[in-house]
Amino acid sequence: MSKRVVVTGMGIVSPNGIGIPAFLHAIQNGISGIKFMPRYHDLNFSCQVAGMPAFEWESLKYKNYISEVTFHGLKGTNIGYGLAAALDAWADSGIGYETEEPRWETGCVFGNSIADTEAMKNVIAKVDNKEARKLGSRVVEQAMNSGVTSYISGRLGLGNKIITNSSACATGTQAILMGYEYIKDGYAKRMIVGSAEHVDTYVYGAFDSMRVLSRKFNDTPERASRPMSLTAGGFVPGSGAGALVLEDLDFALERGANIYAEVLGGSSNSGGQRQGGTMTAANSTGVTRCINEAMANSGISGEQIDLISGHLTATNADRQEIQTWSQALNRTGDNFPLTNSLKSMIGHCLSAAGSIETVASILQIVHGFVHPNINFEDPNPEITNLVSLDKLPVKMIKKEVNIVAKANFGFGDVNACLILSKYKK
Amino acid sequence: MTRQEILSELKTVISPYTTNKEMLAGIDDQTDLIKDLKINSANLVDIIIDAEAKYDIEIDYDSADKMVNVGTCIDVISEKLSEKI
Repeated sequence: MSKRVVVTGMGIVSPNGIGIPAFLHAIQNGISGIKFMPRYHDLNFSCQVAGMPAFEWESLKYKNYISEVTFHGLKGTNIGYGLAAALDAWADSGIGYETEEPRWETGCVFGNSIADTEAMKNVIAKVDNKEARKLGSRVVEQAMNSGVTSYISGRLGLGNKIITNSSACATGTQAILMGYEYIKDGYAKRMIVGSAEHVDTYVYGAFDSMRVLSRKFNDTPERASRPMSLTAGGFVPGSGAGALVLEDLDFALERGANIYAEVLGGSSNSGGQRQGGTMTAANSTGVTRCINEAMANSGISGEQIDLISGHLTATNADRQEIQTWSQALNRTGDNFPLTNSLKSMIGHCLSAAGSIETVASILQIVHGFVHPNINFEDPNPEITNLVSLDKLPVKMIKKEVNIVAKANFGFGDVNACLILSKYKK
Repeated sequence: MTRQEILSELKTVISPYTTNKEMLAGIDDQTDLIKDLKINSANLVDIIIDAEAKYDIEIDYDSADKMVNVGTCIDVISEKLSEKI
C-alpha cells in the first residue's frame, strides 16, 4: 500500500538568508540577495551581479557540522552549502546528529551540477606541473559528483539508498520527487532530499558567454533579476542549497514529529528535445504533460491549486511558461492562481533552485502568505494578456495557502513538478 | 636535527588529522597513527605530503610504507634529512 509522505525538517543556505528564520523574514519582506561582484567586473563579464550566500566557511567547523579533521582540506563550496542545509534540516526534524549504528531506515537523494571548479583549478595546476603526487587524499571525494551526498550520509550515518541526481535546473525538484517516491513505495521510512549549487567563476563565465544573463543592472544589482517583466533581460546566477527531511507519515507520527506539509505527488519527464524543445528550450507539450501528471498523481485538479511557484527565470521563456501553466491548469485571467518567482530575490540557483524554492513554498503553506515578486514594475504585456496582474503579487499577501504547484525546467529539456499541500489528518 | 626536535614538529604536522589532541600532546615512538591517534588511513598520505613540504624532502613509496607509528616517522624523516646534507 502506498504511504503518505510528509515534510518534517527544513534547512536553507540562500543568497538572501541562511537558516529558516532569516530566509522566512527575507521572502516575506521581498529582500534581495543579489549583489555586485567586483571580481566579475575585473573578468570583463557582461553580467556582474550574483546571488551569493553570506556563508561563513568556518561555521562548518564551529557549528559542529563536521569535525575539525574533515574540515581541514574541505574546499568544495557546494559541499559546504549542501552539508549545512541538510544538517540544519535534520536538526529541525528533531533528531540528533550522532549515531553508532547506521540509520538503515534513512536514505538521501541530493543533487548538484558540478564539483567546485575553482577548487579543482589547484588540482589541474598541480597535475600539469607534474606534481600529481602532492594532491593528497581529499581531492577525489570532492571531485566526484556524489561528494555532497557522501559528506551528508557519512556525517549522519545514513544506511538506506544514497543517490546523487543531476538534471540541470530541475535537479532540486527531482531530488525531492525521488525521495518522495522511495518512501511512498515503502523502500525507506525517511529521506533527506535537496540540492546544492555553487556557481563558480568558470561556470558563471560560460553562462555569460551564452548571453542569457541579466547585464543591464550591474549598477543596481537588487533590480537585476526581473521575472515576467518587460525589461527581463536574462537571469542572475545564484548559489546555495535547500534541504528537506521527508518521512513516512506513520513513522513521523509515531515519533511525535512536527509536520510542516505533505508532498502529495509529482512528476518528472522530458520533452525529448522535440516539438520545439532543444538542449536549452522546453518542449511545452512536455511541460504540460509533466504538470498534468503531477496533478493526476496527487489526485488534485487544476482548480485546487492556490499558488504556483514558477520556474520563471527572467528570460523570454517566462511568457511561454505562464502560457503553459494556463493551458495545463485550464485557468486564465482572474481565475489564474497566484504565482510568484523566488528568483526575483535570489536569482537562479540552477541545481539548488528547486530545493530552495520548495522550502519557500512550504514556508508559505505553514505561515499562510504569498511572497512578493520583486522588480515587477513593468509587467510584460504578453503575460498580463493571459493572466490578471493581481495574480502576480508585488507585495506579500497574507492568506491561507493549501496547495502549491512547484515546477522547474532544465537544460536537456527536463521537467519536474511537485504538488505540496498543507498537512491534513 | 635531533629526534626530539622532529617529534615536536611532527605534532604540528599530524595535528590537523586527529581529533585526539590529548593523546597527540603525549605521543612517543610507540604511538600508532591509526590505532592510537585514530587517523583515517587515507589521511596518512596527507601527513607524508605535509612532511615533505615542511622538511623539503621527498619520501618515496617504500619509505612511506614504513611510517606507521611516530618512531618510524621520525626514522624516515631523519634519514631523508641526512641524505639532503
